[in-house]
This record gives sequence, C-alpha cells and structure tokens, in this order.
Amino acid sequence: MPPVHSFVQRLKWPDYLIAAVLIGFFGYIWYAIEGTLNYKWRWELIPGYIVGWHTGREEYFANLLLQGLTATIRISIYASILALILGTILGVARCSANLTVRMLARTYLEFLRNIPPVVVVFIFFFFLSQQLIDALDLARWSRGIARQDDIWLWELFFGDMRRFPSLISGVIVLALFESAFVGEIVRAGIQSVPKGQREAARSIGMSRTQELRYIVLPQAMKKVVPPMANQFITLIKDSSIISLISVQELTYKTVELVASSRMIFEAWITTAAFYFIVCFGLSRLFARFEKRSDQR
Amino acid sequence: MTQTAPIIEATNLDKFYGDFHALKDVNLTVHQGQKMVICGPSGSGKSTLIRCFNGLEWHNSGKLVIDGIEVHEHAKEIRELRQEVGMVFQQFNLFPHLTVLENLTIGPMKVRRIGQQEAEETARKYLDRVHIPEQANKYPSQLSGGQQQRVAIARSLCMETRIMLFDEPTSALDPEMINEVLDVMVELANTGMTMVVVTHEMGFARKVADTMVFMEDGRIVETSPPDQFFTNPSSERCRIFLDQILEH
Repeated sequence: MPPVHSFVQRLKWPDYLIAAVLIGFFGYIWYAIEGTLNYKWRWELIPGYIVGWHTGREEYFANLLLQGLTATIRISIYASILALILGTILGVARCSANLTVRMLARTYLEFLRNIPPVVVVFIFFFFLSQQLIDALDLARWSRGIARQDDIWLWELFFGDMRRFPSLISGVIVLALFESAFVGEIVRAGIQSVPKGQREAARSIGMSRTQELRYIVLPQAMKKVVPPMANQFITLIKDSSIISLISVQELTYKTVELVASSRMIFEAWITTAAFYFIVCFGLSRLFARFEKRSDQR
Repeated sequence: MTQTAPIIEATNLDKFYGDFHALKDVNLTVHQGQKMVICGPSGSGKSTLIRCFNGLEWHNSGKLVIDGIEVHEHAKEIRELRQEVGMVFQQFNLFPHLTVLENLTIGPMKVRRIGQQEAEETARKYLDRVHIPEQANKYPSQLSGGQQQRVAIARSLCMETRIMLFDEPTSALDPEMINEVLDVMVELANTGMTMVVVTHEMGFARKVADTMVFMEDGRIVETSPPDQFFTNPSSERCRIFLDQILEH
C-alpha cells in the first residue's frame, strides 16, 4: 500500500511559488483599498442589513439583503418550473416530424443563443411580459389583494403583493430565457432514447403522441436530471440579470444598499457569498443525489 | 398443404435508401397460418422486407396488401395494421422503465383501451405461455437475454396479433439461451399463428417452416418447401450459402 501523504506533504516548490504570487496580488489590492482609497470597512453594519431590528415595533424584520435573497429564491423556483414546462414543449418541438414546428423551435433557440442575455431580457420585458401584465390587469388585481388583511399566505408565496407584477414579469422573462437551454437538454434526452424503443412502441400500434408520452419522454426525463439540475443552478445565477428590469431580487437590493450606505465592498462580498452558498450548496446536494441513484 | 387465404401479398416491391437499391422487384405471398423462414447473407434485404410488413419502413413502388389493407406511407389504417402484425426485434427493445407486466399491458391498455385487470390477466396468460410467469414484477434489465426476448414475444402476443414477424430473434443472444427462445417459437407455430421469421437457425427452420425463402442482393432468389430447399436447392448461390452456414 502506498504511503498516504497529508495535503502539506504533497506540496512541491511550484505550489509555494503560486501561493506567494497570489498572496502578493491580494495583498496589493488590500493595500490599494486601505491606503489609496482610504476606505473605511464597516462589516459590523452588514448583519443589520440582513435582519434588521425595528425599534418602534420592537421586532426583527427581514432587511434589504434577506428580502433580496428570498425574492431570488422565489423567482428561481417559479421560473424553473415554468422553464421546465416551456422547455419540454420546445424540446419535443425540436424533434417533431413537422418541419414548420421544428423550424420555429430552432428559430427561437438561435435567437436566444445569438443575442446577449441583457438585450433578450429587455426585449422579453417590453414586448411580452409588460403587455401580458397590462392585458390581464395584474397591477390592479394585486393592489387589491395588498389592501386586504391577513394575506400571509399570499406573502409567503409572492412576497410584497404591491410588487407582484414586477415579480411575475421577472419570472416570465427568466423562464423564457432559460427555456431555450432547457429545451436543448430535453432534445438531447429525447434523442438519447434508442431508435428501437420508438419502433417497438410503433409496432404495438401506438400513435406518435402515445409513443412520446409513455415510452420516449419517461426515459428521456430520467436521463436529463443531472444536466437539468445544473441548469437550475445556472438559472439562479442568471436571475441577477432581471435586476435590470427593476425586479427586486438580491442583486437589485444590493445596488440599493450600496447607493444608500456606500458600503461597496462589504455589500457586494456579502451578496457574492449568498449566491455562492446557495449555488454551491445545491450542486453538492445534487451530486449526492446523483451518486445515490447511481448506486441503485 | 392446403392453401388458405393470403394474408400478406407483396407485388413488385422496390425500396431505396438514397441510391442504395434495398429491395428489387420482390414478389411474395404469405397465407394464413403459414410459417415462412427467410434467410440470406447480411445486407440482402431480409430485415427491410419484414419491416415493410408492419410499416416500420415504406416501399417506394409496387403494391403491398396485408390483411386486406393496402400499406403505404400515408395509410390511415397503418395503426390498425400494426395492431394485427406483431414484431419481435433482434435487440428485444423492451421498455426499460416499465416492469415486465407493464411492458405487456401498456399496448392493450393504451392502444386497444382494455381495462387494467383484463390486460393483466391476458399478460399473465402469455407470460405462462413463454414460461416466465414468475418474472412479472421485475424490470427488463434484471432478466437474461433469453428471458427478455421471451417477454418481447409475449408483448406482441398480448396485442392478440394475427401475424408475427421475427427479425433475427436469436442473433443477439448468448448460445445457451437460443434454444429457450426457439422452443417458445416452435410452440407458437403449433398454435397456428402466421409467422414470418428472418433467421439463420436452420434447425428451427427444418422443424417449423413450411416455406423457405432465400434472398440475396435485394432479390428473392429461391422460394421452396424445406425438404427441397435443404437437399436440392435450385439456385447455385443458395447452395453455396447453405454450405457455408451448415458446415459446422
């Protein structure tokens, strides 16, 4: 049995060199912030912006950063459900026997692939979600709910009801954006089902719809769980883009906090840590599920 | 053998894959209850021909009438046809996400709209028939190749088909499992089922077939009863082919 070396024992001289360069680099940035900018660190204020203390009402409340984080989580969950539905339709359309359907799906995908996300977000916002919200008169409907008493259930699911239309357009924009990539994952899953499966389904008289519903999709969906989990994490990260259309999620709230308190470095580092913890935590969690389902 | 009504009638069938001429002017009639074995070197069009018989491939010209339905790509009756014509594949093609029992009941329940209880009774009857009633609740991946192929045969039988097509059913099997599948096929033949079998198992052909067909290069070269086919084939190429596969 080969001897087991500890981490430190395995380090060679290039490792020390790299470490020295990195320490030097970060030390310089530290020096620049401390010395040149004369920046005053106020880390002690950050917890108050996560959970604040309301002196008048004598109770804790979720402040900017926590509000933003919960909004980000809500939006990510709703948007991924919607993206999964749209993406499945898109993926099925990409494999359709009908040329027009295939072309339409392909066009949508290429549109999203070749236009920067920020531009896509603005286009979806002004052309689609705003029109939809106006058409359904969601703004007035949600204000009506906000005026009622005892709306904790609404607020649990959607946060501040006065901001409901903005939340919905955020969800729609994000879902439309991600659906293209979900669609590609679904298409890959569908195509990974062997041709013999379709032939067997057809040979017992199934229609194309039955073949898809009972034979192809169940097998495809099982195969796409790992890439789909990754796409969910990507969606959480991408959700910061919708701060541009004034959806009050984590990034938007951080901008707000920086503008009012000028704690540029502390606020952004905290926000980065939030995103990292959520995304890294989820990816470890999914990896563990995957390992467990492999063992079965 | 007394002639029964024809159930498959192929007239001047031609089939192309791009430039490749896969079937050349094929004429073939299968009668009800007939057991036909088709053999020939690989690439000779045997599989293509029987895949045309249940609409997995389409002929480009000629006429194909099966059970009174004229088969072509846009035929509305193609799904009804497939319910009458069962197919057993070389690679079994069982549905891996369903149990054996579900593999057998999904067709009758979704396509024929039969109730679950009745479908399961039928399924168990045919699992009995292929000698694996105890495997009903397992998944296909838990079965041996021979067992999987027998489930595949039962799956076709559950649709109460009138014709069974076999596309090299034993070619993907380990040698020790070939006989259990062939035995089931012999028993099936004894029930009077119309069978068209693409195979190189000449022992099976001798035992079961009433007509032997030899194909080469997209053409039917020889059609004859087995005693004549094995002892005195009329074409030279068929003789050479038989010598090659019967030598050992």
